[in-house]
Amino acid sequence: MTVDDTSDGRAPDPGEHPDAGGTTQQESPTPPFWRRAFDSLKVPVLAVFSALVVGALLIMFTDEDVLYAWARFFNDPLRALERSATTVWEAYSALLDGAVGSPAAISESLLRATPLILAGLAVAFAFKAALFNIGANGQMIMGAMFAAWAGFSLDIPGPLVILASLVVGTLAGAVWGGIAGVLKATTGAHEVITTIMLNFIAGFLLAYALTTDAFLPSGTGNPVSKPILDQARLPRFISGERVDLGIFLALGAVLLIWWVLERSTFGFQVKAVGLNPHAARYAGMKVATITALTMAIAGGLAGLGGATIPIGPTGTLTAGIIGFLGFDAIAVALLGKSNPFGVLAAGLLFGALNAGAVTMQAETQIPVDIVIVIQALIILFVAAPALVRAIYRVRTGDAESPLFTSSWGSG
Amino acid sequence: MTDTSSSGTQPEASVSTGTKSTDKQTADAAVAAEARRRATRRGIIWLFTGVAVIWLFAIGVDTSISSTFDLSTTTDLTLTVPSAATVWVLGGVIVALGVLQIVRPLGASGYLSVLVVILAVMAFLTWAGRDQAFSLVGMLQSTVTRATPLALGALAGVLCERSGVVNIAIEGMMLFSAFLAAFAASASGSLWVGMAVGVFGGAALAWGHAGLSVTYKVDQIISGTAINFFATGITAYLAASVLTSNPQLNRSGTFDNWSLPLLGDIPFIGEFLFDNNIYVYTMYVLLPLVTWMLFRSRWGLRVRSVGEHPRAADTVGINVLRTRYHSVILGGMAAGLAGSFLPLGSVGSFQEDMTAGRGFIALAVMIFGRWNPVGALGAALLFGFAESLNSKLAILGTPIPSEFLLMAPYVVTLFVVAGFGGRARPPAADGQPYETN
Repeated sequence: MTVDDTSDGRAPDPGEHPDAGGTTQQESPTPPFWRRAFDSLKVPVLAVFSALVVGALLIMFTDEDVLYAWARFFNDPLRALERSATTVWEAYSALLDGAVGSPAAISESLLRATPLILAGLAVAFAFKAALFNIGANGQMIMGAMFAAWAGFSLDIPGPLVILASLVVGTLAGAVWGGIAGVLKATTGAHEVITTIMLNFIAGFLLAYALTTDAFLPSGTGNPVSKPILDQARLPRFISGERVDLGIFLALGAVLLIWWVLERSTFGFQVKAVGLNPHAARYAGMKVATITALTMAIAGGLAGLGGATIPIGPTGTLTAGIIGFLGFDAIAVALLGKSNPFGVLAAGLLFGALNAGAVTMQAETQIPVDIVIVIQALIILFVAAPALVRAIYRVRTGDAESPLFTSSWGSG
Repeated sequence: MTDTSSSGTQPEASVSTGTKSTDKQTADAAVAAEARRRATRRGIIWLFTGVAVIWLFAIGVDTSISSTFDLSTTTDLTLTVPSAATVWVLGGVIVALGVLQIVRPLGASGYLSVLVVILAVMAFLTWAGRDQAFSLVGMLQSTVTRATPLALGALAGVLCERSGVVNIAIEGMMLFSAFLAAFAASASGSLWVGMAVGVFGGAALAWGHAGLSVTYKVDQIISGTAINFFATGITAYLAASVLTSNPQLNRSGTFDNWSLPLLGDIPFIGEFLFDNNIYVYTMYVLLPLVTWMLFRSRWGLRVRSVGEHPRAADTVGINVLRTRYHSVILGGMAAGLAGSFLPLGSVGSFQEDMTAGRGFIALAVMIFGRWNPVGALGAALLFGFAESLNSKLAILGTPIPSEFLLMAPYVVTLFVVAGFGGRARPPAADGQPYETN
């Protein structure tokens, strides 16, 4: 008996809008497609918008000129407003310019979106089974490490070595995710804790690998691996731009995961386990196996995402190659509402934000870290539709199902 | 769904079908058999540990070699033991414990596990310090210091989770308060102001966490993730935009060590336990205090009832939501204290991402310590020990790569979470939003 049982059959939050409670009850049988699409886009769009507004405030009030102008507000109020608007305008237009302002910018955005989409799928897929995969970072590290190793040590023809790199990277990620899945399935160890630990372990393994002769060019102490062989690099398809075939891998993965989730028996089982493991078990599904497999597949996706980086844009393996991409992936999955196409859109958005932030820092000296704040706020608003409703006084439709993970207390 | 957290699948299945007494008896028998298997498995692990200790650290070590431990930094108090013989004795005790455990399960095997770990570590130190002098007192002092933020962070987790709110935002709260503490201490020139502002910062983020997860019923893990993101982003952003151009705002300095009268004069023990900074003493006070409050006071009973069965608590008139708010904010203050330790108790300034995962380790420490402040202290000491061991071993020059030593606590946590998982039971309603009627 849980507290959830008592809330069955009620509107998501009846206390919020007493008047709205009545209207949400009288739902039409099936609203038209465009109506549902519009409703399901409301929260993400408002979330991104709100995050950008808060980001703008942050930009304004850490700028010395703006602060100075505000300090003299009563002497020259227009100047304060004008300085604030200019600062934000300059920052955001540089951001936009760096994201989509030129073919080179778009190429860079796509390049940055590739691993985010793949790792975002990794988090989203696990969410479908109510598993919270915080371990995308570690899985990406393992993927990048093994793919790079294949990329500089296997001396076989081009397409084969690329394939080998991608497969090895995917498998490495799958093993890393699978460990968490198997531990969850057999001992009940919570995946949040195990994946956090596995993230650290992967980071140290990479740091260690970058001290060994297998990874380093002979005679250097720098933790930068041997360069990936030219035939092992992902081919670029627009001359002069850095974007490579990785983006098509990401698109393919989106379609594949959509198919698995929506059209395959296994996807149905994954979702069943996520919605109610007890019912799934009662229906004869092997919950433990499905849990372990889900984490392994998630890990494989993140591993593939990690693999695309060394054999794509960077061409070498470094200790910081993944950075915090695996955590950005969590934001991508949340913003995409765990829907593969949503993840695609969110990944493209975050790729563009990350690419644009670099241009913004170069042109306006505003630190790129502002993007992390914006991402945090996006997660927050997406995760709390009630908050968005409260701020904007809008209804967001019944399609709004809050996202839940399996916390410590449950199965 | 609420009670069998992580104890595998069988008990859960039997609970959901078990309605008649016969079912209950078979369920009890199954649980007993499971406990017996677990005890035997633990015995086997001990046995292997003992054998490994002897094999790795005693075999092949010349019997004439001895290890010397420095027991004091001020006087020349030392302890010298023959290396190989000592390892044989320590390993032998572990093997004996393992055999006993397999033959007939010993009680208090949790404590015995800790003992086994301590014995194995002692054997390892004896081996690592063979043929040279090793500052035991220095290492123990750094163990206590490094354990402090972990224990305080775990305390934050205990306070939140006992009331039924999962807190994976300890990392973010610590980072945010580390920033505020360094900034406030530098701006005001007073470390105490820095500490207070740090505690306030932790409380502020905790208030946000409570608002999201208790009032808006956002999934608590997602709310925690958002807070971690926010703290990482905002501190990195402010550090880059404000602190780099104004370095005078990031020179907090640290609290001095302060030797307690009488206690600090005890040889060896006094040196590493009672010659520390204010944070360590605060931890000494807070851990027993919170333990007493949680398990002996009316307030603690209310907090725990809200975490175990909020509906029942509500029925007897306890305000579930308010209790959760209070506990989460108190927890945030503890996290804030832990975070302010980093600049004010150890480093002397704020550095980007200076928590470096300590908040997550604190989370593991909390689970390791079974949602109990005293257990958390033990686990924190273990992690602190592993960290300080690593820095000392770099000096001793063991053949083990430092990455593996740094990795060790995380691997141990992984095993512990997996191994003790079935026995570490979180509060029953942990992680579930409460709907008031």
